[in-house]
Amino acid sequence: MELVFALAIGTLTASGVYLLLRARTFPVVVGLTLLSYGVNLFLFSTGRLATGAQPIIGSTESYTDPLPQALVLTAIVIGFAMTAFVVVLSLRSLADHDDDHVNGDQSSSEPDSAAPEKREGHDQ
Amino acid sequence: MSLPLVVMLPFLGAIAAPLFAQGGRTAIAIASSVPALIALAALYPQWQVLADGGVVLFHQPWLPALGLSLSFRLDGLSLLFALLILIIGLLIILYSRYYLKPKENIAKFYALLLCFKGAMLGIVMSSNLLLMLIFWELTSLVSFLLIGFWTHKQDARRGARMALAVTGGGGLALLAGILIIGNIVGSFELDDVLAAGDQIKAHAMYPVVLTLVLLGAFTKSAQFPFHFWLPHAMQAPTPVSAYLHSATMVKAGIFLMARLYPALAGTEQWFYMVSFTGMATLLLGAYTAMLKHDLKGLLAYSTVSHLGLITLLFGMGTKLAAVAAVFHVINHATFKASLFMAAGIIDHETGTRDMRRINGLWRYMPHTATLAMVAASSMAGVPLLNGFLSKEMFFAESLDLNLPGLWAWLPPIIATLAGIFSVAYSVRFVHDVFFNGKPVDLPVFPPHEPPRYMKIPVEILVFACVMVGIFPAISVGPLLFAAASATLGGDVPDYHLTFAHGLNLPLLMSFVAFFGGLLMYSQRQRFFDFHARFKEIDEKAVFEAAVARVTEAANRLTARLENGSLQRYAMLLVLSVIVIAAAPLANLGLFIGANGLTPVDAPTGIAVAVLIIAAIMTAVMHRERFYALVLLSVVGLIVALGFARFSAPDLAMTQLSVEVVTIVLLMLALYYMPSWTPIESSSGRRLRDLLIALVAGGGMTLITLAMLTRPFSSISDFFLANSKPEGGGTNVVNVILVDFRGFDTLGEITVLAIAALGIYAMLKNTALTPPPGDGQGHPWTRDTHPMMLRQIARPMLPLALMVSVYIFLRGHNLPGGGFIAGLVTSVALILQYVASGMDWTEDRIPFKYHNMIGLGLLFAVIAGAGSLAFSYPFLTSTFGHIHWPFVGEFELASAMIFDLGVYLTVIGATLLALVSIGRLSPHSAIKPGPEAN
Repeated sequence: MELVFALAIGTLTASGVYLLLRARTFPVVVGLTLLSYGVNLFLFSTGRLATGAQPIIGSTESYTDPLPQALVLTAIVIGFAMTAFVVVLSLRSLADHDDDHVNGDQSSSEPDSAAPEKREGHDQ
Repeated sequence: MSLPLVVMLPFLGAIAAPLFAQGGRTAIAIASSVPALIALAALYPQWQVLADGGVVLFHQPWLPALGLSLSFRLDGLSLLFALLILIIGLLIILYSRYYLKPKENIAKFYALLLCFKGAMLGIVMSSNLLLMLIFWELTSLVSFLLIGFWTHKQDARRGARMALAVTGGGGLALLAGILIIGNIVGSFELDDVLAAGDQIKAHAMYPVVLTLVLLGAFTKSAQFPFHFWLPHAMQAPTPVSAYLHSATMVKAGIFLMARLYPALAGTEQWFYMVSFTGMATLLLGAYTAMLKHDLKGLLAYSTVSHLGLITLLFGMGTKLAAVAAVFHVINHATFKASLFMAAGIIDHETGTRDMRRINGLWRYMPHTATLAMVAASSMAGVPLLNGFLSKEMFFAESLDLNLPGLWAWLPPIIATLAGIFSVAYSVRFVHDVFFNGKPVDLPVFPPHEPPRYMKIPVEILVFACVMVGIFPAISVGPLLFAAASATLGGDVPDYHLTFAHGLNLPLLMSFVAFFGGLLMYSQRQRFFDFHARFKEIDEKAVFEAAVARVTEAANRLTARLENGSLQRYAMLLVLSVIVIAAAPLANLGLFIGANGLTPVDAPTGIAVAVLIIAAIMTAVMHRERFYALVLLSVVGLIVALGFARFSAPDLAMTQLSVEVVTIVLLMLALYYMPSWTPIESSSGRRLRDLLIALVAGGGMTLITLAMLTRPFSSISDFFLANSKPEGGGTNVVNVILVDFRGFDTLGEITVLAIAALGIYAMLKNTALTPPPGDGQGHPWTRDTHPMMLRQIARPMLPLALMVSVYIFLRGHNLPGGGFIAGLVTSVALILQYVASGMDWTEDRIPFKYHNMIGLGLLFAVIAGAGSLAFSYPFLTSTFGHIHWPFVGEFELASAMIFDLGVYLTVIGATLLALVSIGRLSPHSAIKPGPEAN
């Protein structure tokens, strides 16, 4: 059980990180969402995996740890708020720059390497 | 209570004084004098305690965890400095009234001066080293503003920057030193630190502490090699120079040495570091002062030299030397402040400070000339003036130093040499300015005596010089004794304060210095010629170049790290997380802990397999944005199932409803965005990203595995045990949220509210035209609101609302609660928007979501504050059972009001976010905003 659970979290993280490193806003948002699933599951699992032990007094014999659940519950809601915020940020960026590249006003051309030289004049 | 009052008064005055700016300069000068007068009156009753070596303390904890407290201390030493600060401060206020030109912003000037006064008082009266450091830094900051008061002058700005850089840097060193002291002693309270002197001196870190603290003191008090900032700070208005750079701020470093004398002094390191620095500064300052043609430049270097003298006295380490040092602090402040004021008057009346042009002023301003001559004589150490007394003590001490062999000659020779220079530059100040022929080409001619009141501060100070010089025992005796006693920790040696000690070796040194100085002045042209052979170093240019180099290096580094590419930052962020996590992980050894693995049941295994495939496919298919979104929703649903599977029904319900809202949100966003992601990155770069992602994912797998297979203990037994009896609910998760950890939840819904309002603000007046079709050539359907959906959605609303009320009410005892109920309601409302359109729904919703968010937060806060009314802590909850007719027994907890707040905030925030996005498109906007593009 632990192994598959860990694998699920690992896959969510890997997919999330890969998408996070993309150049357009939408994949980045999707990546962040995947990453937050992974993080939520991880936080949840700090209370260990229990079957049929919901922390509702009187419903079962033993109870699993309720604290991570309370943390994750708010994390899910705040995670949604943050996703919404990032989505809106990307929409605003799209409206302002007519382009959905994560680097904003940088031209949508390949930013692969040698970027510092290009940007030098910006700091002064 | 009077101690913090004394420190606070000038700050209050700094706020109040500018209010009198309307009343003219005299009004504001009077208003600015009030704080110091009250402070003096408040200090007066304490004198009886202090005269006998007593201490007045005030203690108020501030941040006990950091060792920081608002503790103030008044003893002889702090009283001496406080009196200098207050009295000379008063004279400066009077003087500035006439010094500043009418068009200059005198309100700002006085406000800064008062801030500075408060900060200085804070330094000398703090009884907590950290508190003292705060005031110490404050003096650096305010002096920066005061030096650069004439912001239009480049030299003033540069001088201010240099002073700030040097004294600020020293302040950092001092902070480090103080932190180490606190670490050794276990307290930052001065009483503890002074009592632990032996412990500090015996500690292995003592040399480090000493170096750091002395760095702070030396930079502040302009000791070699940090002396260079002081002459450049002379670009300040002259009252500032007189106050900060002769009487007070530059004495802060000296004060620090005196204050920490019992804790740090008396070792060999102290002796060598302090006395040799003092000697070098004494000689260098005196030598350079002689060369300066600028009146204030001469005084500045003379100040450097005298500060060196005081430092040297402290460095000698004998008790008598410390007494002499404290004495010279008083004397130097009086004669130097009056000389600066005189220089200011001359500058004011002639328009220049160049001694090669200012000559023969005796004929034009005999009164000022007399005052300046007395003060200069005191500086030179002429008998019957105060400067003579402390200089004699200095000479006597320099003879008493027990250095081995020929070295014993060094201090007396240096002392005499410095004395010669000191006489020479004093004579120069007097002779060059007031005699020596006629003025040369003055900008203002002929010069006059200044206004009557401008001379009064000088007169008072000069009078003090004479009084102390002739009747030292009566005028300063008791104060000096109290200050010396506080410096030395109560153990004051025998000394005699009298205007003449009879014929002895120090007197002989004085004679040598006096006639040597006269001789040197008469031969000054040779001296100048001698100096002209050396190359002049312009400290300002060197400093500016160094600053420019550092700035450029910093810019280059910044440009390398921060190149504007968000993509790159994300990569660096992930990489640094991996690097930081790698080391502790490597130490973990085995990843499968003691508990081992448990077997997997088939349904769970299948669900996880689907999740893994869906997650991977989301990444693989991410260019096809719509499909990626569908796959993402699969992942989210399985996560929700997972929560249900592993005993977290609340989480499952939350995840499920959030999932719906998230997908709707992303669909909505996708409507405006290109539906296809172009290939941008090179394959090498994609491979690199893949590697990073795999390492991150692998790491998370290993961490999770390691964690899950190890035994653990939880603090949750408390929550499980107390949920029912204390919180009145059986759903522990909900009771934690609204009761035990209610304050956290309040913070979280506040974040939610801020995010929603941020979204609203960000999208206000933004318009986005959606692409005409789905990107693959299909146009959008014309039937934007299909009838079937409409017909189903409308009856769903009351049903859904009822369900959400049910979920809300039962939340305290069964899975549910404000978060989930709020999300369910949101989904129901969103369905109406989707089915029937913005306008239709808006028309039928009688409230604004902003108000709903505010109302929700208000409910939550009121629920929390309600407990305050019954004098319980914030957010204490109570509950009771009431019997409703027909319904039966029903439990009501005050936490439900809080939960109601959560419920309303969640609805408001969710819908405000979605509606803001929905309204982006010009078609659906009620009032079309300006078209983008």
